[in-house]
This record gives sequence, structure tokens and C-alpha cells, in this order.
Amino acid sequence: MESTLLLVHTEADGALAKPALEALTSALALGGELTVGLVGGAVEAAARIAAAAGALRILAVSGDEFTQPRYATDAAAAEAIARAAGAAIVLAPATARWSRALPGAAYRLGGRIDTHATGLAVRDGAPAVTRWFYRQRMEAVLTRTARPWFVLLDVGCVTPWEGAPAASAQLETIAVAAPESRTTVTGVQAPKADEQTIRPDAKLLFVAGAGWTKKQPDGAVHIEEAQQLILGALRGAQASLGGSKSLVDSTGEGEAVLPFMTHLNQVGQTGSTPRHQKGLSTCCHGEEPHVVGWRFVTERRAVNLDANCGWARGKADVVYVADAFAVVRELNRLLA
Amino acid sequence: MSTPLQIVVCGSIVPDPLQTLEPVTSPGGPALKNEMMLPAVLDPWASHALYEAAHLAQAHPGSKVWLVSMGPKAKLQQVMMTVAQKVPFELVAIDGTASGFADSFATAAALAGAIEAIPGLDKSRLLLFGGWESASRGAGSTIQMTAERLGITEQFQGVDRIAVRQDGSFEILERIEGGRHQVSVCTAPPAALGWATGFLPEPRNNPQVGMANMKAIMPALMRAKPATATDPGLAYVSVSLPKQQRETRIEKNMTPEEIAREIAAWIRED
Ligand SMILES: Cc1cc2nc3c(=O)[nH]c(=O)nc-3n(C[C@H](O)[C@H](O)[C@H](O)COP(=O)(O)OP(=O)(O)OC[C@H]3O[C@@H](n4cnc5c(N)ncnc54)[C@H](O)[C@@H]3O)c2cc1C
Repeated sequence: MESTLLLVHTEADGALAKPALEALTSALALGGELTVGLVGGAVEAAARIAAAAGALRILAVSGDEFTQPRYATDAAAAEAIARAAGAAIVLAPATARWSRALPGAAYRLGGRIDTHATGLAVRDGAPAVTRWFYRQRMEAVLTRTARPWFVLLDVGCVTPWEGAPAASAQLETIAVAAPESRTTVTGVQAPKADEQTIRPDAKLLFVAGAGWTKKQPDGAVHIEEAQQLILGALRGAQASLGGSKSLVDSTGEGEAVLPFMTHLNQVGQTGSTPRHQKGLSTCCHGEEPHVVGWRFVTERRAVNLDANCGWARGKADVVYVADAFAVVRELNRLLA
Repeated sequence: MSTPLQIVVCGSIVPDPLQTLEPVTSPGGPALKNEMMLPAVLDPWASHALYEAAHLAQAHPGSKVWLVSMGPKAKLQQVMMTVAQKVPFELVAIDGTASGFADSFATAAALAGAIEAIPGLDKSRLLLFGGWESASRGAGSTIQMTAERLGITEQFQGVDRIAVRQDGSFEILERIEGGRHQVSVCTAPPAALGWATGFLPEPRNNPQVGMANMKAIMPALMRAKPATATDPGLAYVSVSLPKQQRETRIEKNMTPEEIAREIAAWIRED
């Protein structure tokens, strides 16, 4: 196997997050000589993990300028480490930070990059990457001859590396002058903790569709109740909230809306493809552009008034033909 | 007084999301069955980038928007008939593949080449826009590589908002993990922005805009230069459709209480 560089960034507290530890599992499984490259404000704790995992070399670019996720500094750090490591294969977790910066670093090294890898195997001594095309509609396995070959690994595909950090680690610091940048990261905007509806680690994805905001059999719209029922289900099941495009779009079109539902919640072709063990769809028709976003939701159930909805056509394991208002009202009582 | 902006939007075409796609093997590698016959649309995230660009241009008089699009000429022409109705832009067409199986490195080379050749474009003022991922390859790497080729190192991905301030600096919201946004301030162009959905609704069709756009679109298509976006070092071992069909159990006669009990038990299972 060719030499591998695993590029990871540390978190604000110097630790390695789950995506980085998952990428470490993948890098070790490739079986080549492993160099670990670290970028971040503080890297010592991460270096001790890399040492415990058996990295032959540990390279780091660290310091205040490299704490914040910012293209110019991240691309420069990644480029410097990749040059110093000289590895043929560069693996990295597909975090927002690396997804922004590593394509540019690959370009500077004359390399190529593949993103959203969901699998990595060795074929004839070289890696073969599995990834999806056309928004999760077909799966391909590909290989490349160009090197360095950067591969960004999607989160949630393998078990994170586990083990005690080594007592010490030999760290090679690479001096990189932070490039001049006109960009300052000023902060992070997040909903208040109790209003956060997106929970990537939740076991259940609860999807709300446009039906929640439509006229019900009694001829009226019940937005207030819909809102309470959906939030109640999220609380009771500790679920993450997904939405159909029709529902999140209504925010922009001045229709009756659910205020906690934004484009960030949208699941599907032009939304996200979250990973959850279970998914419960409510008042959503289950049309193909929506359901492609469920590719990585293993067990699927749906509640819909329409027995001929998309879910009933082989897209869900169970479809309950029923009024979601009545079902979720009762469900919340049971989960409370 | 606000400074006029120069915005180049990169966006290709993709099969209409409601189409069923099937992979086939062609002499040039994997392709889609009846690819040339499939109805196409402007790549959704790139179209958001286009609407955001037009919105910004409108707020900054004297600004200009170009749409740089690589695809088979005939398909580009079809899609542009619709896109032209939406917002004012000038098309720069490249006659090449719009396949998801093409490569981002080569695509970026073609896009950067076409942008370099735009007459009168001042690269020091350039805002390079595009979708953060396409609905075909979903590479999420084309904008970064195009920007690098143009010497742009202020880059943002998963952008949902740009707010240009009086002094010409701009604040940008980028999607990050866990439903959050990272907020950055960039003091001036040039910069590259890969757009997510943004906050603007799709503009309504405007026949007047359509007529004005179409005058320049036909000559742009005539001028389209051919380009390749394949990488000889890229080989596909397999391309397959997922085994989609599940055995769906359809419950028509359960009461809401029974359903809720079953769902609650299912949620609690490991
Ligand atoms: C370019 C493009 C990209 C797209 N991308 C996406 C995407 O990323 N994500 C996405 O979701 N869609 C996407 N779509 C849209 C998609 O095709 C559908 O239009 C959309 O998913 C429909 O949303 P919905 O099922 O919530 O709404 P509807 O189709 O309006 O369905 C509402 C459902 O609610 C049910 N219902 C109503 N009241 C009740 C009740 N009391 N109890 C139970 N059920 C009830 C109805 O039976 C119905 O099935 C895209 C479309 C295009 C053209």
C-alpha cells in the first residue's frame, strides 16, 4: 500500500472530534505507512492519540492563526503538511472546515480530490473509493492514478478509533507563515440550545412535510397545534428535525409557517442527506427528490393520510395510513 | 455610494430531479441512459447562487452578472430558455460535458479559462459564485479549484447569506455542522462563494428580462468553445443503482392509539 497522510484539525479545546477519529480508523485500515498531520490552535493532545494509533510521523501546523476555520490559513497549513509528508494518499474527514479548504490544497499540489467518500477499500494495492452520484441516486467505486489523491471521508461510515493516548508523542512542527487574509471569522450563529432542532447524533430523524400546514379534513389549518406536536415529538424522542422542501420553502413565500423550520432542516435532493438509524416521516408525500435524502436512514416509517403516497411504494418499511395530528398527539403522550 | 460589483456565477445543468436515472457504460466511461434526451434544469444550488448574484447586482447599480455554464450546447440552449426568464445575466457558454462522472480538476480548468477570457472583467473586483455542490457529481471542490486558478484565496462554502456593507466589506454566513452558521467578514473582493440555499425565493418569470437575456444568449452559444472535463487517470470500477425497493407494510386500519404505541416501541428499540 502507498503511504498515507491523515489530515485532521483539532477542535477549539485541542481535542479530536468524532469525524477525525473515524478518519483515523479508515487510514489505519488502508495499511500503508501513516503520517498524521494536525492543524489547529493546540495539537499536543491530538498528537498523543496519533502516536498511540501508530503514526510513523506526526506533523503539525499550530498557533493562534490556525485556530479558526478559514480558507486561506487552512489551505496553507494543509498544503505545507502535505508537501512535508509527501504521501500519495491524503485522507481527511469531511468536516465543513476541510470541505472548504482541502480542494484548494489538492489543487496547489497538482493533485485530485474526491469528496463524500462513504467507503474505502484496497484494490490491487491502491485505494478504491465508494461514493454516490446524482444526489445519492447511484453508487460508484472509483480509482485514480493521479497523486497526491485527496479523499474526504463522509462522517458516520465507520467506527471512531478508540484507545488511550500515548504518554508522549514526537511532533514535527512545520513553520507556516499565516498568509495574509482579508477574512476574519467573527463567530458562530446557532439557535439557542432549547431551539436547536438539528441533532446529527440523534437516533431518530423526525421529518415534517407540508401536510402539517395544509387544510385538514375539518377544513381549517392548525399551525399552532402542528408546531406544538412537532416540537413535542422532538423533545420526547430526542429526535433531529428534517423537513420537506415544500414545507421549508413556505417560509420564504409568506405562507403560514413553522418558525423553527429553516432550509437547514431540508432533507433531500437540494437539502441534506443526514445519517440516522431511524426516520419517521409525517405529513410528507415521499416524493423521489425528498427520499434521496433518506439514503442513509436505515429504518423508515411514515404516517400519511394517503395510502398511495410515495412512501407506500417501497420507500418505507411501514406506512401508517392515518392522521398525523392524532398519531403524534398520542405518541407525545407516550414519550413524555 | 456603493461600488458596482462584478459577479461571475458558475453553474451547469443537471437532469430534472423528478427523472429516473439509470447508469450505462459508454465508450468514454459511465453515463446516464438516454442522457441527451433527459429534461434538464439549471443545477439547483447554482441557481440559488444566480438569484443571489442578481439580487446583489440590483442593490448595487452598475453591477454585472455573468453565468458561466459548461454543458452540451444543445442542452444548454434548452435550459437557458427557462433560466433567461428569471434574472438579468450574460451567458458565457462552454461546450462540454455536464456529466456527474467528469472531474472537478479538469472542470475548474475549463471554467477558469472561460472566466479569464471575459472581456472587461476586473479580477480584482470579482465575486466568484457557484453552488457549493452540484446535483450531478456533488464534488464540492470545483469552485475552490476554479478560484485558486484565478488567484482567489478568500473562499466560503455552504453560503446562505452575504451582506455587503457601505465600506465594500461583506459579512458571510456559511453552513457548518449541527445546523449552525459560521460568520465571517471579508474586507473586499475578490472572493469565492459556494452557495447553499440562501434565503431568496425563486424569482418569478419576467418576459422582459427573458427577451433581453435571449438576445445575448444565442450569440454566446454560437461562440461556445469546446472543452473536456474528463481525467484520464480516473477509472470507474462500478456504477450501480441502490436496491431501492423495500417491502412496505401498509397499515390502513390501525387506530391512532395503536399506531402511536407501535411507533413508541419502535423508537425505544435499539
Ligand atoms: C429541483 C427540485 C429539487 C427538489 N429538492 C427537494 C428536496 O431537497 N427535498 C424535498 O423534500 N423536496 C424536494 N423537491 C420537491 C419534491 O418534488 C416535492 O414537491 C416535495 O418533497 C413535497 O413536499 P411534501 O411531501 O412535504 O408536500 P406535499 O406533496 O404537499 O405532501 C403533503 C403530504 O401531507 C399529507 N398530509 C396532509 N395532512 C395530513 C395529516 N393530517 N396526516 C397525515 N398526512 C397528511 C398528504 O397526504 C401529502 O402526502 C424538489 C423539487 C425540485 C423540482
